[in-house]
Amino acid sequence: MGEFKVHRIRFFDYMPSAIRAMAFSTRTERLALARADGALEIFNFSDNYFQEKVLPGHDGRAVEALCWVGPRLFSAGLNGEITEYDLENLRPRYTVDAYGGPIWTIGVNSQGTLLAVGCEDGTVKMFEVLKERIQFQRNLDRQRGRIISLSWHPSGTLIAAGMMDMIRIFDAETGRATHRLVVDRGAGASKSKEVVVWSIAFLSDYTIISSDSAGKVQIWDGLNGTLIRTHLITKWDVLALSVSQDESSLVAGTSEGTVVQFQFLSSTVDRLDKDWVRTRTFKNHSHDVRALAHTETAVVSGGMDTQLVVRPLLDKVEKNTRESAIRKVSFPHRSLVCCAKKAGVLLFQFPDHLELWRLGESDGYGKPGGSLPVKRGPEKLIQLKRKGEDHICCSALSPCGGWLAYSTVTSFRLYRLLNGSISICKVSKLPKDLRPAHQLCFSTDSSKLFASSSNSSVVVVALNEPECKYLGTLKAKYGCRQPVHLLSASENGKWLATANTDCEVHVYNLDKLKLHCTVPVYGSCPTAMAIHPTTSNLVVVHADQQIFEYSLVKKEYTEWSRRLQKQGLHSLWLERDTPITHVTFNPKNPAHIIVQDLFMFCIIDKSLPLPEAKNVLYNQMTLRSLPEPDRVLHSHGFKICKDFQHLLCVSLLEDHSLVVVERPLLDIVSQLPAPVRQKKFAT
Amino acid sequence: MAALYAGYTLRGLAPAQNRPNSGIQGVEAERDSDHVVVTDSTRCVTLYKVSDQKPLSCWTVKQGHTLTGAAVYNARTQEYVAVSDRKVIRIWKEDDIILDKAFKATVSSDVWRVHCVAGGDPVVLFHRGAVRLLDSLLSAPQQPIEEVLSPEEAISWSTNIVTESQQFVIFTTEQKGDHFLYLQRLNPNSLQRYHLEREEPGLSPLSFSVSYRDKHIRLLYLYPNGHVYESVVSVRAPVPEEGAQALPLPRSLLLSLPVGEGLLQAASAQELDEAHVAVVGVPHPSAGSGKDFLCIWNTNFQTLQAGKEMAGKIYGQLWSFWNKLFIPHGKTFSVIPYDCPKSSLASALGKQRQSLTNDQVLELIKVRIQFILGSLAKHFIIKMLNKSVFNLLMQTAPVEEVQREVQLLLSRTDTQDLQTSVGQLASTLASRSLNDPAFYTPSSLVQLVHTRYLCHSVCPDLVLLALERKDYFLCQLCLQFFPDIPEVVTCASLIAQEHEAGLNGFSLADEEDRSDNLAEGGATAQRDNEKASAAEQMCPVGLHKAVLLYPASARLLRSNICTMLSNVLFLQYLQFVYLKFSHDACKPTQGLRSPSLTQVMDWMGLLLDAHFTVLVMTPDVKDLLLNLHRFVKSQVRFVSELGKIEGSLQELDKMALKRDVGQYSIEIIELF
Repeated sequence: MGEFKVHRIRFFDYMPSAIRAMAFSTRTERLALARADGALEIFNFSDNYFQEKVLPGHDGRAVEALCWVGPRLFSAGLNGEITEYDLENLRPRYTVDAYGGPIWTIGVNSQGTLLAVGCEDGTVKMFEVLKERIQFQRNLDRQRGRIISLSWHPSGTLIAAGMMDMIRIFDAETGRATHRLVVDRGAGASKSKEVVVWSIAFLSDYTIISSDSAGKVQIWDGLNGTLIRTHLITKWDVLALSVSQDESSLVAGTSEGTVVQFQFLSSTVDRLDKDWVRTRTFKNHSHDVRALAHTETAVVSGGMDTQLVVRPLLDKVEKNTRESAIRKVSFPHRSLVCCAKKAGVLLFQFPDHLELWRLGESDGYGKPGGSLPVKRGPEKLIQLKRKGEDHICCSALSPCGGWLAYSTVTSFRLYRLLNGSISICKVSKLPKDLRPAHQLCFSTDSSKLFASSSNSSVVVVALNEPECKYLGTLKAKYGCRQPVHLLSASENGKWLATANTDCEVHVYNLDKLKLHCTVPVYGSCPTAMAIHPTTSNLVVVHADQQIFEYSLVKKEYTEWSRRLQKQGLHSLWLERDTPITHVTFNPKNPAHIIVQDLFMFCIIDKSLPLPEAKNVLYNQMTLRSLPEPDRVLHSHGFKICKDFQHLLCVSLLEDHSLVVVERPLLDIVSQLPAPVRQKKFAT
Repeated sequence: MAALYAGYTLRGLAPAQNRPNSGIQGVEAERDSDHVVVTDSTRCVTLYKVSDQKPLSCWTVKQGHTLTGAAVYNARTQEYVAVSDRKVIRIWKEDDIILDKAFKATVSSDVWRVHCVAGGDPVVLFHRGAVRLLDSLLSAPQQPIEEVLSPEEAISWSTNIVTESQQFVIFTTEQKGDHFLYLQRLNPNSLQRYHLEREEPGLSPLSFSVSYRDKHIRLLYLYPNGHVYESVVSVRAPVPEEGAQALPLPRSLLLSLPVGEGLLQAASAQELDEAHVAVVGVPHPSAGSGKDFLCIWNTNFQTLQAGKEMAGKIYGQLWSFWNKLFIPHGKTFSVIPYDCPKSSLASALGKQRQSLTNDQVLELIKVRIQFILGSLAKHFIIKMLNKSVFNLLMQTAPVEEVQREVQLLLSRTDTQDLQTSVGQLASTLASRSLNDPAFYTPSSLVQLVHTRYLCHSVCPDLVLLALERKDYFLCQLCLQFFPDIPEVVTCASLIAQEHEAGLNGFSLADEEDRSDNLAEGGATAQRDNEKASAAEQMCPVGLHKAVLLYPASARLLRSNICTMLSNVLFLQYLQFVYLKFSHDACKPTQGLRSPSLTQVMDWMGLLLDAHFTVLVMTPDVKDLLLNLHRFVKSQVRFVSELGKIEGSLQELDKMALKRDVGQYSIEIIELF
């Protein structure tokens, strides 16, 4: 296969934001997740937990709670506003001020007709959910102290609200507070401190479950307002609760990073008197667990340590299968790094700024496994702060390193980089058709810019020095509404491929500015794709790890792709739990496809036999130890390199050296605030 | 938890001292949960109301006749059916007073038993394996009955179950040491024959119990070596062709019950539900070797759930109807109610066995069959080793030969069988050595102990023997490896040892106190050392005792019987060992047989923590403590210096690592 010079880069200080809130929709199997910077992410649990959509954050938006109403997503935050999101255009649809101060919680009744929000001023405000908007209906009885958490009874007649030192039960029809449940403060020194009811759940049998800042999970009889049982599960706060759909299991997340499961069980099988029994404890987080979701088969948790953890319940899934493996999502499922192959310049995208780096240089040769002396270190050329309050949603750098573009949900900006990318000037005259984009891409010769906008359309702009000219809009067939999340232009400038979250892949002819063909829709979302520079084959990788190669000329799957599908991919390949985020090709050898996920990159050599089930997939170590002639016998088409971990980008420069951008998890962990102090033995 | 409740006597048993059986032939359910029909082995059938503990009616056949099959109750016709004199079927109703006036029919072949369960028709099983429905048999009593079993084959047990769609007669037979299971379906009739896997040669199942669950018939059987196996047969298994071979019946070991000394004689295992098995005639694991216990075991968790001692002889008979166990024992026939609640935590935590689908079972059976074929070869080798011959050898052969044989036995790889034989062998050797002062094979015994298959309850004589022969090495091994030595025995051995040490003049003066067993000694690893440096560092306790007390100390330390004097002695010993360690820190010490430095430190810390005030108040110990303090202080100083060095070296390490993970590097990799 050969040697590669690798630029190993660890100076991309990407720092994911803490997870604040979560909502899981069993109907669509989608998890909505809100981060501390106001960004929203939508994960498709039925498609390998793929991060389908990302709605960029906003400076003022501090989302505290999320709520699905059917397919619609609402959030409420400490800015006092309720926001509904436009999931097709990846932006807020509208915002309604509740006029009750910061909002701590939001909840919808099971009929999906009324939204209740809990405000700082002690009111629970009801909003009617209308077709296009929400409308304030009324306030429930105003209480002293803020409403921290609330939960609707499934019948929709009662609301339980967690406050400071107590829980209130409201009659949703009259708005009267019917019960007052006093939550006792913790033992010891915290007696003087108010106890906060962080989370609450109202079950259909009128049981109320509450979790509070004194470390308790309490079970109440909601009809009589009496305490049934107290489980002290931590010395710190119990921040989140989530109950399974069938109300037989619930999970509670603590500040220690543990998630404790309770199950509604009877002590013996035949008896009917069931009780909430503490059964399991999961420790997958180092910091506060702020958000929890209990799906049918798994516990989903997230918090301060920024990782989303999907922990399957082993009694609900078949053992030793893909479903039974724990999943951790630490990085976005899309590329935040753009590499200008010709110029050797890297663009790093942060929520609030962009960084432009020039790669270092070295001379001389080294042995494999060694490192070369760095003659010239990497250089930060530009740090570009975004304008406005909206966070950057996408960015791109032209291959020549001469153009830079980024977009937020409200604005689009294009810059010209001069003198070897050192000086920058904004291109002020932009065609008016160039609206905020979901995804950006430059053509290989840096003469065109492609920007995907609403309804899966792509705007094509010709880049010229004084002025940029609008060339046209590529429109898919009528009815495509989902946003385009992948764009890829061919090297010869003839084709442009787009993929949207409806799993549709369209290929456009750029000469005619017309749709050329649509790749047969596959049931899993494309996670990366690219067009081969010489053969014009489109390689698409999907969230379920399948790889397809589609000939744009013949408009059919290639021979190799058919062979791959017939034989099937190696089981270990299919078991990987991070999606391929980048596909590129080796110009030296047209048979090579380079793909990359978080933990490895792989050079797929189409000329070699595919790995069979009995072959060792990760065979680089074995091959290394074998003498030269024997290697042929053992080698197969998937050359997987796991030397680099937590890969955010792997790219091949024009001089055939690889660029590898790593972001070690340890670096992220070291930047997190200190976790709650825990008593360790003998300290 | 399953529970056994207080039992009560249903009736007395006829006092017959030497009779092997209880005099009860069978117990059958009657109309409801409170009535049973008891057939005794001679002439009498009695109907009992269980809760009242009294007979409601009694029927007797005439003198000269005997009942040869237990009476059953046919709930459909409300009649009783019994067999007398092997060939006469008698049918009567509850209001018939004199049995001989009731209906009887003579058939042409010997009847084994009549079976009838609720929801099924009465069936007649003949001695030679043929099965008839009672109604069809009575329509032509003299009809010819075919012979199903081969001439040497004899029925050992039979039962009858009714599933949703079919009725089954199940019986087991024995033929020249092989056991077979027959599954006779009725309507349409078909017979299936299974071969039970062989246990150790010469062992035949003591009891069978059958249950039906999830479309599968589960056969549970107990062997004299305490193994309880379960075999599962699908009721929908394909009907075999005529003359087909007996299918091998796969089995799985459910429980391995403790058997104490020797094999089980009269025992019985009865399945209560999917997770519980009632066993009678097997020793209680924590109550010596007496076999007169009724226990309930949980097969999911392999735990003993309830146990009850049954007074008197156990006949190995056990019936269970409607949450009541019926046991004849001694001179009484008792009824013991029980309760087996299903633990839901197990299923919630995924511990409960998931019920398998039919295909999975088939798959399992296939795998099992392959396994059986593979292990067949092994079994033949074991068979060759005739146990009785071997035992005889052990009891009579000279020392050298015994040692050689033991060596040979232990070199065998088949560990499962080894377990039982090792126990027997050890007890044989121990009892022989105890009886015959000239005979002693220390090396063999040590080898046997080293297998770790032994425990005190298997071979209680061994410790005694070791003490008697003053074999402290063996004694130490026993103390170390046997998890179940009672405290009394430990103490006894130590006291005896102390006595010994006192005589030898090895010990300190304060050994009058008999209860302080906590004196410790350097282990054998230090023997040589000790001798060399005996002049300046006398081990404070006797060498023999030291050998013994190392393994015992941990146990006794826990059991909190430390007295003042023992503490002093122990502390002295610990200091001694500690000094030794600090003198030759690098010397590797013999793993298990001497305390490690961390252990010594732990014990010392524990001792000082627990008894510091007392120790300080004792004038004798003052010097010791001061010495210890001085030494510890110097050690602390020394160690802190080491800590500094370690710190700087660690820093070096970190620096080297850091250079490796820079922010940027250009590397060369090679892909193959």
